[in-house]
Amino acid sequence: MNTPLSLTAVEGLLFFLAAASGGMLRFWLSNQLSRWLGMALPWGTLAVNVSGAFAIGYLAAWLLAGANSSLWLIVGIGFLGAYTTVSSFSWQSFSFWHSGRAARAMANVGLTILLGIIAVAFGFYWGQG
Amino acid sequence: MSIRPHIYLLVGLGSGLGASLRLLLSVGLHQPETLWPWATLLANCAGSMAMGFYATMVSEQGAWQVSEAQKQFVLAGFCGGFTTFSVFSLECLWLVQAGYPGLAVSYGGLSLLAWLYFVFVGYRLAKRYSLV
Repeated sequence: MNTPLSLTAVEGLLFFLAAASGGMLRFWLSNQLSRWLGMALPWGTLAVNVSGAFAIGYLAAWLLAGANSSLWLIVGIGFLGAYTTVSSFSWQSFSFWHSGRAARAMANVGLTILLGIIAVAFGFYWGQG
Repeated sequence: MSIRPHIYLLVGLGSGLGASLRLLLSVGLHQPETLWPWATLLANCAGSMAMGFYATMVSEQGAWQVSEAQKQFVLAGFCGGFTTFSVFSLECLWLVQAGYPGLAVSYGGLSLLAWLYFVFVGYRLAKRYSLV
């Protein structure tokens, strides 16, 4: 509560548009991947989360050099934040488990966490150059 | 099934709204002296619960029958934009880099358990609500 949100109207609008684009890209990519690769696992959600983790790591490292907080806000928190998702991941993992496919639920959880952490670290160290 | 263009626009609108709420939450809950990322955890848990609830309510057996557009506005749009995996993963990395690997593992592990717990809570609430 003690931190004022110092955001210009233009930054706010760009944040909204970036988050809207991130969400639409996620929706498109998830649908394409489930069409191409099938539904054995939620490949689309896995792909956006792993690629988004890589990208945010890279961006965070890249911006450390010349701190540009509005670029971080719009591209990092807005675009990449909305491009990735936890709600679909939780729901898909739960649905597998609940329909008796516990192995798939565990594979989805394990792959997402493992690949996500590797991706963000790899992105960060790559972004440092 | 091909997806009509207006559904994309609704997903974008929902995602923009969800992400804006997440931003407000992170500003509202920001405490400089705390390392634990409360705002992300709260957004991801609340978004998982909302997803569990709404997805169950609008499923084939659910009490609410809505259009595909409305469903995707809420699920892929709002819940998807509100929750975030990328920021979560970066926070884990930051905790390691700040010299708190134990805190990073706790944050990662507890987050995962909490997301799955709250999606289940949402599902149970929807079941209780729709099956009298």
